[in-house]
Formats: sequence, structure tokens, C-alpha cells
Amino acid sequence: MTKKVDDTKRYEQLRERMGNGDMDRRSFFGLLGAAGLYTGLSGGIMTAMAKQARAAGTELNFEGWGGVVSEALRKNAFDPYEAATGNKVIDATFGGENEVLTKVKAAGNTNGHNILHNSGVTWYKRWVDNGFHTVLNEANIPNMANVMTAMIEPFRKITPDGLSAVPYDYGTTGIAYNTKYVSKEKAEELGAALLLDKELKGKIGGWGGDWANRAWYGALQTNQDPNDIQDWDAVWEKAREHRDLVLKYWGSGAELMDLLAKEEIYVTEAWSGRVAALQAQGHPIAYMDPPNGLAWMETMFVLKGSPMAEAEELLNFMLDPETAIAVAAGQKYPSSLDPTKVPMPEEVQALPAFDPTGKLDSLVFRDPAKWNTVEKEQSKMWNRVQKGG
Amino acid sequence: MSDQSLPADRRPWILLSPALVFITLLVVIPMAFILVYSFYENIDLAVDVPAFQFGNWEELLTDSYYHTAIWKTLRLSFIVTVLAAVLGYIPAYVIAMTRYRHKWLLLLLLILPFWISFIIRTLSWIHIFGNQGALNGLMNLLGLGDLPIQIMYTEFTVIVGFIHVFLPYMILNIYVSLEGIDTNLEPAARTLGATPWQAFREVTLPLSLPGLAAGSLLVFVLTGGSYVTPLILGGPSDFLFGNLVYDAVVTELNWPMGATLSFTLLFILGSVVVIYSRFMGMNQLAKAFG
Repeated sequence: MTKKVDDTKRYEQLRERMGNGDMDRRSFFGLLGAAGLYTGLSGGIMTAMAKQARAAGTELNFEGWGGVVSEALRKNAFDPYEAATGNKVIDATFGGENEVLTKVKAAGNTNGHNILHNSGVTWYKRWVDNGFHTVLNEANIPNMANVMTAMIEPFRKITPDGLSAVPYDYGTTGIAYNTKYVSKEKAEELGAALLLDKELKGKIGGWGGDWANRAWYGALQTNQDPNDIQDWDAVWEKAREHRDLVLKYWGSGAELMDLLAKEEIYVTEAWSGRVAALQAQGHPIAYMDPPNGLAWMETMFVLKGSPMAEAEELLNFMLDPETAIAVAAGQKYPSSLDPTKVPMPEEVQALPAFDPTGKLDSLVFRDPAKWNTVEKEQSKMWNRVQKGG
Repeated sequence: MSDQSLPADRRPWILLSPALVFITLLVVIPMAFILVYSFYENIDLAVDVPAFQFGNWEELLTDSYYHTAIWKTLRLSFIVTVLAAVLGYIPAYVIAMTRYRHKWLLLLLLILPFWISFIIRTLSWIHIFGNQGALNGLMNLLGLGDLPIQIMYTEFTVIVGFIHVFLPYMILNIYVSLEGIDTNLEPAARTLGATPWQAFREVTLPLSLPGLAAGSLLVFVLTGGSYVTPLILGGPSDFLFGNLVYDAVVTELNWPMGATLSFTLLFILGSVVVIYSRFMGMNQLAKAFG
């Protein structure tokens, strides 16, 4: 039977051996140093880190859109969740999910990536097609019962065996304009063509990060059904016309807000919630959704390899009416909760794109069957057009 | 084994071997992977299949879109390098020639910007050149012109952003070169009848050329490989070849094309280094770095 020897005993034995002349001074200090290093790492730092990690609970890595959206999630969802559970949410921002997919592909795994503020059906399908999805146990997310059916169904169609995300919010990409320089009458008269107004040359912006957004507006400007584009050449011709008037293509919501707030640009397509945030800050920015304007819905997508129980716990916490309403009011995008089941405060009802019916019939979303099939060719085209091609 | 028994011609290789191992592991092998990937085929977004086909290279060689980007990159890199050389020589000369006791303080000021993130330094120009920035604010205060003047998101701001970030590299290289020049040479030229300008032009300037050339090489290569500065400070037409690499890899999720473009950028910038080596000699680079 092996007798267990503690560190103090080992030290005493070593000292005794050196005292007896069984060991030279150099070896003694060498072993002592090694023991110190071992103790410092394993007994000291490592133990302290392990204790800290145990105290902190599970870590969940969240990636989202930054700016007011991140602030709203941190303040109203993540901080209360951390306080309630002891788990930790580490939030980071991205300019688009393509950045995350590039990182994940390069790394060959999803380490460090757990939950994404996913931009809707198209990217939901891409994550699934690339095998990075999970199957949520909806029994662990009882607040899903309050989510609008109209927001669940499109995702259920892609993964009928189980969702990998919970729908969380929705909004539109309409047109924002500075009322000091553009009248409401002019904006409403021109609609999507306001983005092509030559009088505003050098004061027009556009979202550079999404080819489909540009193409959607190109379709509106050529009187085509955005979900059934027949003449792509005409669409890109309008995109070129727009490009020649543009000062800057913005790459993030924060940049969009900065350009509008500092009056670098007067007109741009814009995300409804970001414009609402600017309005709340007192900027003279108006917002309109042109006929057939682009609507979208976002989810909280759980990536393969994530701690599922904790992720489901977080999603359920985020869908709790109190949390979801606070986040909606903060990020200025309506919640996915059905307003016919969960009464929404006036602040949320006043948000752009809010649908009191809970059916979203008045909004036009991208048809993934139409858009995904042309993405490879047309996204490349957009990158060229954007750069003068 | 003693030094005596080691053949003299093997010693450099033994001394270089750790560096060579690292360069092989961290540069040569990854670049080889990139080259191999350039022959793969992208069949859908983020879906690549191993293949040996030349479609990506053919597209690169036949499509004027890429040629325009190469031209824009070389042109902008040249402009930035020339401006950095002109703007960098003066402070380098002042620092090298000053009799100020605390010269180290001047050098510290030179490297101080490196303590701040490159992105933040680039973003700071928005607050200087923007419609509501410091420059327009100052002009407004002085009652000058029809304000605000649109300065941001132009090629000018991209050039300013590049010079701001890369100028210290130029100054440091020229400074090191100037520091190595015998301080008696200029006075000697003066005693032989040269004017101060002649002494500088015919003695100091030629002797500092290795530093100027090394700084120029660095600035040129660093500018040519950039993509963030035009993304933040430029307008739609202000882009470099690096931005096409970003588009291919991140937005189009087409890694084989991204690999082709990356390797091309490496080849172009590598060619610049080779041309430099041909005319200046790499030993001049070593001299410039002291």
C-alpha cells in the first residue's frame, strides 16, 4: 500500500537527504524550484482559476450586431441572467454572420462560438447546410409558447426535426432621411427612388455588407417583385446609378447611426431599430418603408458544440416576457412574442414595423428559395458593382 | 564539439536554423497550403471541393476587375511611399542632428502612437475631417468658406490615414541611417567649399539612402497589403487588392478565389522586395536597421 505524502513531508525529506549528504546543494535547489513551479501552477494559479471558473458557472459566447442592440441585450438580458444563474455570457460583435462562418471554418471547430444573433432564414439555412446546427429541446424553453407562429414556421420548414434557434425579433430595412434636407412629401413621392435622387449626390449612403439588400432595392427601383426578379441586369444598373451618388457604404449599425447623426449623409436605406434609436436621441431623422420594403426576422441561433442545457436556459430567460419586452424597448426592434398573447407596452407598439396582429402579413420577407439559389453569382456581382465594376 | 572542429561554412546555417524552422512552419507551409487551395473549386458559398483546376487563376488573369485593383494598389502605395519619404526625412534629420540632451524623448514620441490601436488611430480621422469634425469646426470658428467641406471618405483621407500609421517606420529607418553617418563628413565638405545645401545633397543624402530605401520598401509593402484603412476612411471607389481578398474570403465565402488573390498579392509584394534587392542589395536593408 502506497503511503500518501504531502508537500510539507516531501520538503522535509528532501532537506533531510541534503543534510545527510545524500544530495548536493544544486540538486536540492533544483528540485525545490521545480516543486515551487509545480505548486505555483497547479496548486496556486490553476486551483485559483478552477475555483473562479466553478464560481462563475458555465461560459456562453454570444455574438451579435453591436451598438444599441448589444447594449440592450447586455443590460436587459445577459446581466440579469448572469445574476440569476451564475453562468457567464461573453458577448462580442460582428459585421455579419459570414465573419463567424469564416472563423469557424478556419478553426475547424466552433470553440468560442455558442449563440449568434442570427439574421434570419437565409443564414439559418446556411448554418444548417454547413452542419453547425443543433436540436433544441423545446421542453426546456417553455416561453417558446408565446412566440408568434408566423416567426417559427419558416425555420421549422428548414429543420422539421427540431429548431436550432429561437425567433427573437424582427424589423425592416426602409429608408432613413434627414428632415432638415429632405421633406416628407418628397420622400413619400419618390419612395425607393429617393436613393437615386441626383440632387443628393454625395449625401447618400447604403449598406455595403449585404448584396441581397442592394438587389432588393434595385428590384423596387425597376418595378420588379423582389421575390421574383427576372431582370438582374436592370437591378445592377440601378445599383451602379446608386453607387455613383453614394458617399459611403456603411458596414455596421453603429457606422450607419454615426453617418446619419453627423450629417455626413442625408439619405440611406437603414435598419428600422437603428433609426428609432436615432430618433430617441433627438436627431431629425425620419423613416419610411416603401411599398414592398424589406422585412426580416432574427433568431438566437445555438451552434453545434454549445452547452445545450445552459444555452436553452438562456434562451428561455431571453424569451421571458419581461426580458423580451425590455430588450425590444432597448434595441428598438419588436419582440418575437405574439402581441395577442403577451400585451406589449405602448413603447414597443410604437416601434417601426410593429405588427399588432401577430401574423406579420403586412411585411414582405425574403423567399429563401428564390434568393439562396442565386446568391453565389449575385453576391460576387454586387462586390464588383460596389467597387466600380 | 568545440568551435575549432566545426567547419566554418556550416556555422551560419546552424545559427539560422531556429529562424528557418519558424519561417518554414509559420510562412512557407501556410503559403503552400494557400497555393494548393487556389486550385480547389468553390461550388457554393462556403462549400469547396478539392480539385486541380485553373479556373481561379484564369479568372484572375483575364478579368480586368482584378487588374484595375492591382493598378490602384500599386498607384496608391507609390503615392503613400513618396509622401512618407518626403514627410519623414525632415523629422528623422532633425532627431539625428539635434544636440538636444534628451534625444530619447523625441524617439519615444515617435513610437508613442504604437501604443494606441491601429483601428482607433484610423477612426480618429473621422473626428478630425468629418462634417462635424475639428477641421470644419475650426474653419467655422474662423468664418471661412462654405461649410462643411466634404473631406471624409475620399482618396485624400485614405492617404492621410496610411501616412499617419506608416510614417514612424519611415522616420525610424532614415534616422538609423543618418545616425550611422560620420558627423565630421558634412563639416569636411564645408571646409572644401560646399554650401550647407551642397554638403547635405552630396554627402548626407547619398549616405542616408539605404535608410530611405528600407523605409520606402516597408511603407510600400505595408500599404500594398492593407485593407482596413480604405474600408474605414475611403469611399466606394477607394479600395486596394487586399479588399478583394476580404470580399472573396469573408463576403463571398469563396476560399479558393481568396487563396488565389492572396497568393497573387504575396507575389506582387514579393516582387517589389526582389526588385529592391536587385537594385539596392539586401545588405543595404541590414545597414539601415543598424
